[in-house]
Amino acid sequence: MMPTVPEIEELRARLPRAFSPSPQERLRRVLVWGGAAALTVYCLYRFGFFTWNFADGVLKFGSVVVAQLFPPTGWDQLPMFLRVMGETLAMAFLGTVLGAVVAFPLSFLASKNMMPFRPLQFGTRRFADLLRAFDYLIWALIFVRAIGLGPMAGIMAIAIVEVGTFVKLYSEAIENLDRKQMDGVRAAGGNRLQIIRYGVLPQVLPMMVSNTLYMFEHNTRSASILGIVGAGGIGFLLADRLRAYELQEACLIIIMVVLTVYAIDFLSKKLRERIIGDGQRPQVADDLPQFAEPKAK
Amino acid sequence: MSVSQAAAQFERQYAEYRRSKTVWTVLFWALFAVCFVVSLVVTRFDVVALAEGLPRTTDFIVKMIPPIGWSTFGADMDEWYWGIGKWMNSLLNTLLMAYLATVLGTAVGGALSFLAARNLVKSYAVYWITRRVLEIARTVPDIVWALLFVLAFGIGPLAGVLAITVHTLGAQGKLFAEVNENVSPLPIEGIRSSGGNWLHEMRYGVLPQALPNYMSYTFWRIELNVRSATIVGFVGAGGIGHDLFTSIQLLYFADAGAILLIVVATIMAIDMLSERFRHRLIGKEQLSQ
Repeated sequence: MMPTVPEIEELRARLPRAFSPSPQERLRRVLVWGGAAALTVYCLYRFGFFTWNFADGVLKFGSVVVAQLFPPTGWDQLPMFLRVMGETLAMAFLGTVLGAVVAFPLSFLASKNMMPFRPLQFGTRRFADLLRAFDYLIWALIFVRAIGLGPMAGIMAIAIVEVGTFVKLYSEAIENLDRKQMDGVRAAGGNRLQIIRYGVLPQVLPMMVSNTLYMFEHNTRSASILGIVGAGGIGFLLADRLRAYELQEACLIIIMVVLTVYAIDFLSKKLRERIIGDGQRPQVADDLPQFAEPKAK
Repeated sequence: MSVSQAAAQFERQYAEYRRSKTVWTVLFWALFAVCFVVSLVVTRFDVVALAEGLPRTTDFIVKMIPPIGWSTFGADMDEWYWGIGKWMNSLLNTLLMAYLATVLGTAVGGALSFLAARNLVKSYAVYWITRRVLEIARTVPDIVWALLFVLAFGIGPLAGVLAITVHTLGAQGKLFAEVNENVSPLPIEGIRSSGGNWLHEMRYGVLPQALPNYMSYTFWRIELNVRSATIVGFVGAGGIGHDLFTSIQLLYFADAGAILLIVVATIMAIDMLSERFRHRLIGKEQLSQ
């Protein structure tokens, strides 16, 4: 039965809160959204969106940059590009492996259920957070100055960030393990090392391998831009071609990078599905988040 | 089947299982070894150069913190942070760049997300093209967008804002589209049956269901964009990254250390604030159900 208009009006008069939020709530909303809008306009003004320079830039971006990107050229250099792309993948691979190898023992120190001495456990965690707090490019800048131009600086930059990430991911996997299997090994007379080998590793290893693969996939993207600051890989060629206005060659490189990233994503996802059933991503700071999706009805 | 037969069968199957597992393990490690060796060769990995370089790296990092005495604490800090005014201005620019890029990218990406949701658009062509556009915007790293925009708009924060905006709209468009695809169709049908057009369906049928998730993603995006905004300065796209880049290039270690400290403190503070907001939003969402 549909309510009539007078009935609705009567209800509205009787129960105003059911139809609209309270005046305070409305005022709060106006202030929050008005403030956000005002800040946006101020930022637009501050960064020069309202100047002729911006209009010029838009025209220039359309006519000079976008128009000159296509069609991609430089096919004669393709073998060289592919070799450097291979170098990029190798950087991502070595950086990830190095990070994982260093992080593995540290992650036991950083787990509450493995490391009874709390200050050391806490300290290791915070140290890992600190390594992770700086972006790959910042580490790459430092390593380029210390080790010199080339892929080694990139490998070290990736490795050091990955130590931070893996200590976090691995120690979380270790803290979530099931105690019963460890108790079982202990009850059968196993010593500490055997408990770890037969009670802990079989539980955490698939998770660790899956996370490591995921980070390799992620590091392929990072490795392809580290060259912009001179740390080896395809980024160097890309920045070089862009700065020299060789936009069509840059376009070819970009297409190559994007295709490689897709291919690695695809392979890694398939492998991860094989290893732990679902291809779930680990939750790391600089990635797309995994929130609970609303239930499909 | 007698017990002994069953035991024999088990032994046989177990041996087979062990064998296949060994084969896979050997294959995996062989592949790994090949990749490892090839990578070492391709990157011209040089342990000697690394051994020489690593002490220099630690040396750099140690030099980033100048000596600070107890008695001369104030004066030492003053000297270390001699450029605090300039750096704070850069930091403000960085934060505002991240804010503006998040707002613009979320607005455009959010609008496109409705066209990129399979359940909301009839035309497959519109869906496919929107998806591809979002994919390109997202897959090309923001620092590459920054390089491109610096060519057209010149050096400065404007190029950085645009670069982060493009990357953000790609990421937000995809995430929001996934949220849109998970909404219940019932409210949409209700609005259609009472005569609403496509825009009404989106505004009153989809948006109320999807908004809490949009907000979570947006706060998350602010965190990521603050990080991006500190980086794009490396290629001349404004923000504190520019100061950091020059100080490391010119080997002014104390300056680099001071700026890095500012950057880390800012990123941690933003992460904490944003997490608090996200938890509040998600809490509210659960209450309303």
